Amino acid sequence: MQAPAHDLTDLYRQIVLDHSRHPRNQRRPDRFDREAEGHNPLCGDKVRVYLRLDANTIQDIAFEASGCAICLASASLMTETVHSRPVDDARVSIDQFDRALSSDNGAGLSGDLAAFGGVSQYPSRIRCATLPWKTLRAALEAAPGTASDTVSTEPMRTFR
Amino acid sequence: MNALTTATVAHEPGPTEPAAFDIELIRRDFPILAQQVNGHPLAYLDNAASSQRPLQVLNAITSYYQHDHANVHRGVHTLSHRATDLYEGARETVRAFINAASVREIIFTRGTTDAINLVASSFGQQLAPGDEVLITGMEHHSNIVPWQMLCERSGVVLRVAPINDAGELLLDEFTRLLGPRTKLVAVTHVSNALGSVNPVKQIVAAARSLGIPVLLDGAQAIPHQAIDVRDLDCDFYVFSAHKMCGPTGIGVLYGREALLRELPPYQGGGDMILTVSFSGTTYNELPYRLEAGTPHIAGAIGLAAAINYLNGIGMSNIAAWEAQLLAYATGRLLELPALRIIGTAATKASLVSFNIDGIHPHDLGTVLDQRGVAIRAGHHCAMPVMERFGLPGTARASFAFYNTRGEIDQLVEGLRLAQRMFA
Repeated sequence: MQAPAHDLTDLYRQIVLDHSRHPRNQRRPDRFDREAEGHNPLCGDKVRVYLRLDANTIQDIAFEASGCAICLASASLMTETVHSRPVDDARVSIDQFDRALSSDNGAGLSGDLAAFGGVSQYPSRIRCATLPWKTLRAALEAAPGTASDTVSTEPMRTFR
Repeated sequence: MNALTTATVAHEPGPTEPAAFDIELIRRDFPILAQQVNGHPLAYLDNAASSQRPLQVLNAITSYYQHDHANVHRGVHTLSHRATDLYEGARETVRAFINAASVREIIFTRGTTDAINLVASSFGQQLAPGDEVLITGMEHHSNIVPWQMLCERSGVVLRVAPINDAGELLLDEFTRLLGPRTKLVAVTHVSNALGSVNPVKQIVAAARSLGIPVLLDGAQAIPHQAIDVRDLDCDFYVFSAHKMCGPTGIGVLYGREALLRELPPYQGGGDMILTVSFSGTTYNELPYRLEAGTPHIAGAIGLAAAINYLNGIGMSNIAAWEAQLLAYATGRLLELPALRIIGTAATKASLVSFNIDGIHPHDLGTVLDQRGVAIRAGHHCAMPVMERFGLPGTARASFAFYNTRGEIDQLVEGLRLAQRMFA
């Protein structure tokens, strides 16, 4: 079986490369009231998302990450997508992003996020793109003032 | 019952004299290598994760299933005799390959990981709280976690000998950590993440002078050089078939017979017993006592075929060709700006771990895959090594005797493309 060749520029679109080189909102903010950490144990990517909510609106979002270009760009564009948006809108965006990459072959993404459509053609890289979004979901669900448990792209098998 | 047989078996040619090394002829034995991946010729440079199998191995497995399969050590019928002869013949082939004293010292396992778990479980039962197991800072997770589990079960203490910035074991530090509490040394022969070849003879000498047994993890060593367990003088030597052109799901625990005889059984079941009644059970002799259940018969036969194949090429020819590949790859990779090799030990096996500034290893892996080049990117199941070097991971190109300089050129071209893309 011969897998079809994909054009690398479909995975690494210019906007993805730009955000990976110059990630937006990559910082640990002075003030935040929710945070979560995400981890992909298969490749070692780590993302930490910080949120400040006010009246069900995301007043501020920032992240720290150690990961590949896809992961960094996804986290960066994610913060731009949901900044200043109602929490409910953010949840919709999370679901859309996850569905687009996991089951819809990259379709259904709009605006700058459409640049991630090509990731769906690279099964081993889908988790790289979805990790920041899973982490955001966990941060939204975290109780104020606490960090959630680490979320994982894989079922966790922790050994101390 | 269970008589050890060393009979020569029709399907297994004995070791032959090594012929001259002919890379083109060798590559014809590996049909999987002759394919296009993503529109480019495959350059398979992920041999440290798993090697490929030659037709000789595939044919031995097929022939066994087509003509000779039955359960072993049981039947009065012809096929069972044949299967038993092939399986026990494979054990003799392994014995000869590593120069063990007896087939009783060759235990078939599921692989290296299973073999280490066997020792951690069975040998570990003989340890008491406060006893120490000494490993190094360059171990694969499979030579860390079984010992951590033993520590949790029994209060045994795990000690770790440090490595230097080149990825070499600090032998002085290692020796200093040997003491009256040390009950086992478990060290990798060759590091899977760095390529470092450990000074195993010095390690064994230092430990055994204090009466401490030594387990060597040979998973990354045995594909690349001749192994003589009596010359090494180690107590346990473990390896997997799939990294040396054999099947997955089978590996070997070599153990010095006197030590194996003292080990409590690992798993209970059929084949490892002599008699079972509800008032008690008597265990079988070595090696069967440590092999419960129907074994991976075809796997052992495939492993023997792989050994015969490697012997046919000659382990010294393999080592010489791979040394050339390593030198060539190291030189070509260092032509690239911003590339840093991780693991610069004076003695290395044929693999290169590296990073390129500003490009994550996974992105390198994806770009290379689109150019037909298969490498490993990540932590290589050696997270403590990555932590030691302050890296999330590396890209790793690992070579087998069937690789060529042309494939290394293809790797370098792919890396240049990645550098242009991510510049």
